[in-house]
Amino acid sequence: MSAPRATRNPHLLGIEGLDRSFIEALFELAREHKRAVASGTPRTPLAGRAVANLFFEDSTRTRTSFEIAAKTMGAEVLNWTVAGSSVSKGESLLDTAKNVDAIGPGAIIIRHSSSGAALLVSRYVRCSVINAGDGAHEHPSQALLDAFTLQDRFGTLEGKRVLIAGDILHSRVARSNIYCLRLLGAEVLVSGPPTLIPRDIEMLGCKVAPSFRSAVEMADAVMMLRLQAERQLDQAFPSAREYAAHWGLTGALAQQMKDGAVVLHPGPVNRGVELSPEVADGVRSTILDQVANGVAIRMAILETFAW
Amino acid sequence: MVKPLIIRGGRVIDPHNRVNGPRDVVFKDGRVAEVSEKAPAIEGAAIVDARGCWVLPGLIDLHVHLREPGDEGKETILTGCRAAVAGGFTAVVAMPNTRPINDSPLVTRYVQGRAREAGLCDVFVAGAISKGLKGEEMAEIGELASAGCKCITDDGFPVMNAGLLRRAFLYARAFSLPVMLHEEDLTLSARGVMTEGHRATRLGLMPIPRSAEVSMVARDLAIAEETGARVHFAHLSCEGSVRLVREAKRRGVSATAEATPHHFTLTDAAVEGYDTNAKMNPPLRQMEDVKAIREALADGTIDAIATDHAPHGPLDKEVEFDKAANGVIGLETALPLALELVQQGVLSKERAVELLTIGPARAFGLPGGHLGAGAPANVTVVDPDAKWIIDPMAFFSKSRNTPFHGRSVIGKVSHTIVGGRVVFEGGQIVENG
Repeated sequence: MSAPRATRNPHLLGIEGLDRSFIEALFELAREHKRAVASGTPRTPLAGRAVANLFFEDSTRTRTSFEIAAKTMGAEVLNWTVAGSSVSKGESLLDTAKNVDAIGPGAIIIRHSSSGAALLVSRYVRCSVINAGDGAHEHPSQALLDAFTLQDRFGTLEGKRVLIAGDILHSRVARSNIYCLRLLGAEVLVSGPPTLIPRDIEMLGCKVAPSFRSAVEMADAVMMLRLQAERQLDQAFPSAREYAAHWGLTGALAQQMKDGAVVLHPGPVNRGVELSPEVADGVRSTILDQVANGVAIRMAILETFAW
Repeated sequence: MVKPLIIRGGRVIDPHNRVNGPRDVVFKDGRVAEVSEKAPAIEGAAIVDARGCWVLPGLIDLHVHLREPGDEGKETILTGCRAAVAGGFTAVVAMPNTRPINDSPLVTRYVQGRAREAGLCDVFVAGAISKGLKGEEMAEIGELASAGCKCITDDGFPVMNAGLLRRAFLYARAFSLPVMLHEEDLTLSARGVMTEGHRATRLGLMPIPRSAEVSMVARDLAIAEETGARVHFAHLSCEGSVRLVREAKRRGVSATAEATPHHFTLTDAAVEGYDTNAKMNPPLRQMEDVKAIREALADGTIDAIATDHAPHGPLDKEVEFDKAANGVIGLETALPLALELVQQGVLSKERAVELLTIGPARAFGLPGGHLGAGAPANVTVVDPDAKWIIDPMAFFSKSRNTPFHGRSVIGKVSHTIVGGRVVFEGGQIVENG
């Protein structure tokens, strides 16, 4: 099958604004890549092309996943990381992006701590821009791989109830997932300390669960967000211990989940904080499926956008 | 000595003197000599033909950042004054957050001297409340007053230390200086970059709650009431703030307030697309706040329209939203945006003129703001029917950071007259000498 045409522009900046048929076509393409890779005959539609990883924030999973996806499809990968580059010498985001663009990649895959950074870059470069996470805004490839994993597991997301729990305020994973899961027919609940639930989050299409525990018990899937150490410095909650007690998914709580319900985590996991080790490694966990599916989804994304 | 000047055939709107009708205005020796239905000819007088136009007391802006000294790449006193007179302002109040900061008579006199050299409009100077705007120790407020400062303010920053502010309120009374307040509790605004609400949530931008402003307005009204200080609230942006100021004024607290054109015109919808030209402090709020600000402009709770003209260049604005500088320029767009409120029926013509003239003059005790005999010969002639499109490339300001780019507006300055001299005419600055 051929890559779905990007409906709006040649950039993937977020899930917001995409439509369901586009996402389903991407999933179809990802499934096809997954099969081809499994059978030892990956397609190489990006042979002779290059993509650039432009990561202003630490990332192992996402950067590596894009890199393997690109290389499997025959592309050269240019890794432009912050340490040792001109970025640490005070070059501006736009200058860096324009320089990378001038090298001539088909796409820039960008991660940056500022919300809107990928959109900003897309206005100044000729190549496609793929957002690999911008501040607290969006992380579209993560949401796509999460939804893909759930669809794989359940057959459909229609009518499924997904709980996203933790630091919603600062989470790009949460925002992209709310849009993506809703588009595919799921009901989305969010939960976390009230200091980390942003105002009017309902307007994105989710509900705020009245209680974390009862929401866990009702959900078909629970997505635990990574708790970042900085949040404790903000005093959004008193201690990691208290956080784990009230908003962590413990083994005991996981036992109260519905039959067949699953646990997702975008990684890296803070074991013993948001997720206890027995849940992370337990039967409900889809964490390693997510990572594996991430490569297939990113192959579909690159085939669609990196031209 | 400038020669006499007669402005003929216009409609004079001078709310302070309850004039609204066809009048000629005669200036002699830099003062208003006469406002009458038909002024007799004067030998050698210059004539300004104002038929079809409104003739207003010169507009006064209580809140501008001229960036000199220190940031001359963004604006200078000369380019700021050009922007002012092109926008119809005959007087501006320059904020002290320059480099060095205006917390000493030396800087005050420098600004005054540069303004005299520019020779375009009156530049009144605001001094700092605290040394270095650090909010730790009082600046030499008496020395600043002696040097001619018309108010004191730490604008750009709040005075978080309430004890210091209370002493400054008391101390400034000795010099009859109003104290202008930028109201923001920094522990509430924290790392916020736009107003709290669904747009901040969707854009993933850290929120600034309204309580950051409202709680400080409440605090400072309480201190003002107790000390009898003359306080002026800069750039109010929240419904809660104007409610508090309205109640306090009713009780007789000596408070005045200003609102900016961006806060009475735009909501946080302007931030969509991470437009850094819509990033300012206080941030753009939501429709209920815009409505409340408009009501407060109409009912007298707010005394003045002020621009908070804050020039920035691409280095500070063509960047990530959270890293971008706060502020927008406003001198060349304020008048038509105020007139939008007249066109929409929010304000009467007279009230809009008050908010740009006598309102600000009274707030800081500045000369002018009206056209009574003996008043300064400062006039703004406005073509109220001229339609135009805001084009930042055509600005006289050195900077272009406006969220109103491309907006169609009605009402254009045709002449600006300062001290009896035409300083702006036919879209051009008439430079001094």
